[in-house]
Amino acid sequence: MRHKTFLWFFLPTGLAMLLFIAMPIGSVVMQSIFAPHPAVLIEVESCTPLVGCTTETTIDQNATAALRAEKPLGRFVGLDIYFDRGHLAVDEFRALWASTDSWVGFFSELGNLPFYRAMAFTLTFVAVVTPLTIVLGLIIALAVNALHRHLKGLMIFFSLLPMIVTPLIGSLILFWMVDSRGVIGSALVALAGDPDFSLKASTGLMWVALLVYGVWHAAPFAFVVFYAGLQTLPSDQLEAAQIDGATRWQQVKYVVVPHLMPLVTFVALIQLMDNFKVFEPIIGFNAEAHAQSLSSFIYNDLGGETRQLSSASATSVMTIIGVAILLSPVLVRTWRDFKGAR
Amino acid sequence: MFLKRVALAGSMTAFAASAGYACEIGARVSIVGNEFAAIQAVGAAAKECSGAEVESNLTSEHQTINVAGLSGNPSEYTSAIIANSSIVALMNEDVVRPLNDLVAKHGGDLMPSQLIKIGGDIMAVAFMANAQHLMYRKDVLQQAGVEVPTTYEEMLVVAEAIRSQGIMQNPVGGAYKAGWNLAQEFNNMFLGYGGTHFKPGTAEPNINTEAGVNALNMMKALSEYMNPDFLTHDSNTTNAEYRAGNVAIMNMWGSRASQQTTTEGVLEEVKAGHAIAGPLTVGGGSIPASTLWWDGWTVGKNISDDEAEATFLAMMHGIRPAMLTEETLPLAVWLIKGYQPTPDAQGVFDAAKMRTTPYPMLPYMGLMHSALGNELADFMQGKESAEQALADVEAAYRAAAIEKGFLQ
Repeated sequence: MRHKTFLWFFLPTGLAMLLFIAMPIGSVVMQSIFAPHPAVLIEVESCTPLVGCTTETTIDQNATAALRAEKPLGRFVGLDIYFDRGHLAVDEFRALWASTDSWVGFFSELGNLPFYRAMAFTLTFVAVVTPLTIVLGLIIALAVNALHRHLKGLMIFFSLLPMIVTPLIGSLILFWMVDSRGVIGSALVALAGDPDFSLKASTGLMWVALLVYGVWHAAPFAFVVFYAGLQTLPSDQLEAAQIDGATRWQQVKYVVVPHLMPLVTFVALIQLMDNFKVFEPIIGFNAEAHAQSLSSFIYNDLGGETRQLSSASATSVMTIIGVAILLSPVLVRTWRDFKGAR
Repeated sequence: MFLKRVALAGSMTAFAASAGYACEIGARVSIVGNEFAAIQAVGAAAKECSGAEVESNLTSEHQTINVAGLSGNPSEYTSAIIANSSIVALMNEDVVRPLNDLVAKHGGDLMPSQLIKIGGDIMAVAFMANAQHLMYRKDVLQQAGVEVPTTYEEMLVVAEAIRSQGIMQNPVGGAYKAGWNLAQEFNNMFLGYGGTHFKPGTAEPNINTEAGVNALNMMKALSEYMNPDFLTHDSNTTNAEYRAGNVAIMNMWGSRASQQTTTEGVLEEVKAGHAIAGPLTVGGGSIPASTLWWDGWTVGKNISDDEAEATFLAMMHGIRPAMLTEETLPLAVWLIKGYQPTPDAQGVFDAAKMRTTPYPMLPYMGLMHSALGNELADFMQGKESAEQALADVEAAYRAAAIEKGFLQ
């Protein structure tokens, strides 16, 4: 397609994207570089039931209203929030760098800072779940494709179930099973021979449970994509390979996988994005004590009794940047292919 | 079953209303609030008003929507049911209106103690009190041959006696779920050791102190006698464990007391053995390791005067003395005129009598609570020292307070 035609084709979508994607992102960036005005505090007498009257500190609403009317956006703080302890923790990072003399010490201390701890879990999640999802999806697709046609429909339905189940419900089911009074939990207690053994109390086992859930939930998506791709595999190529005496493994390695390669890229892209934003399993598993992600930080910032909009916005922008960094190798490759194709 | 009971309570009060206590309003009313039984009863009673629509959205996630829901002009909600912790967020954003004129005009049935006054302005009307206090199984304590504890040190002795005699493996219950619950248990213990969250008159944190370290060490000692999954147990789960007979002793919300024996599926031995007592003290102090709470309602600022008046009338109808029936009476410690305490209310009254500290109503307390909830789990898992955990809390709080403009 000529580029000019493409442009006209793309225009309506582009406008919608500008309105519903670019503008909200712009607004989030704005909110992350502005913070609320300094609070004007006053001491007043406050009276409550069963206690009586005491002197309490409260916000002087008249003075604050005047400040807000003058500068409705709040006070400009630039990148301060990005660099504070809740986010990149630049000062704390530097202090640690100076005070620790071994890598082990440095990393164990770094785990004390929320952002880096969340990154440790998120990147582990991305690095483990993404490849496992792709491999498992491919294996299921090959297995289902080899089935007798009467069985295929049924098997496809069952393989898709983890994806059909709402993520929160899926993680809750697993959560109850691993509870110390649940099916898997009590089996583990019996195996370990320790009545106090608890999967939920162990960070390592909790991570394993979250990773297993991640693969369990996402594998059907990879399966569906690969299964569709398998239907387009020309049978003459496979037959030619069989005549050449290729084993089943060699057929998969040299014919099937290369044919599915563009789809692998596609699944990897989607999975990288999704896994970096891991959220539902952390909530569903009540795993906040063991694992955090940027998304769960945003949830905490907005869910507390005092909402921290600027902090949540800064974390959102950092999520976007993180996804862009993760996807950059794939995007660069796609761009090269596009240039090459011209 | 529970909902049925609330519905029943609602219809009974509706009957009472039709028998001469009508509520006529002229503009819309829309309520947002928490979902526990007492608030459901108030909401149901407010809905009896006729003349205009009364809507309610009662959910445990109320605090994530009430600021936004009161912020627009005109705002989505006209009233938020809040507690002493959550009114602060609404006052920080200036979305609730002073009620002085409406109380003067329509507040005849109110008792002076129900009025929440901040610097001369009535900002909310309280209708119930709450506090965490002791709940225990008298049969289990008797079997173990121990007295009812009055301090947390004694609670540890009781727990050890029950465990060592093989009666229960994990006799202590506690809402120690990482996040809000864990932070609240710390607040209780910290105040019990005589701590204050902030340096007087400032927003500077003051928890990395001896009281803070003692509080954490006591919580850790208690957790040794809890279900190993304790960091995932909120008050609902803890109560379920209690009602299933797995827990013998715990510090629990007074608002849950009446439901311990009436919820469907409670074991007979729990029904027979359930008992309550006042809150415990700790570390030789006289102030209980607990906090005093009230629940009340506010009227939004960003609505017309007609809507504000209608809201006030409907909410007044929701908490009028006649709404106290056999069904609603045990649901809470009501602050309403004519309330006769039921045995379930004893714990909260004891808490008040023992001069329990009210939950701090400070503009920056919400940030402190969040910081505590996020940073204390590491200590409870034995990953870091109490001092390190408290230093982390202070650092996390400081970052948030600087962002919100409470600290420079």
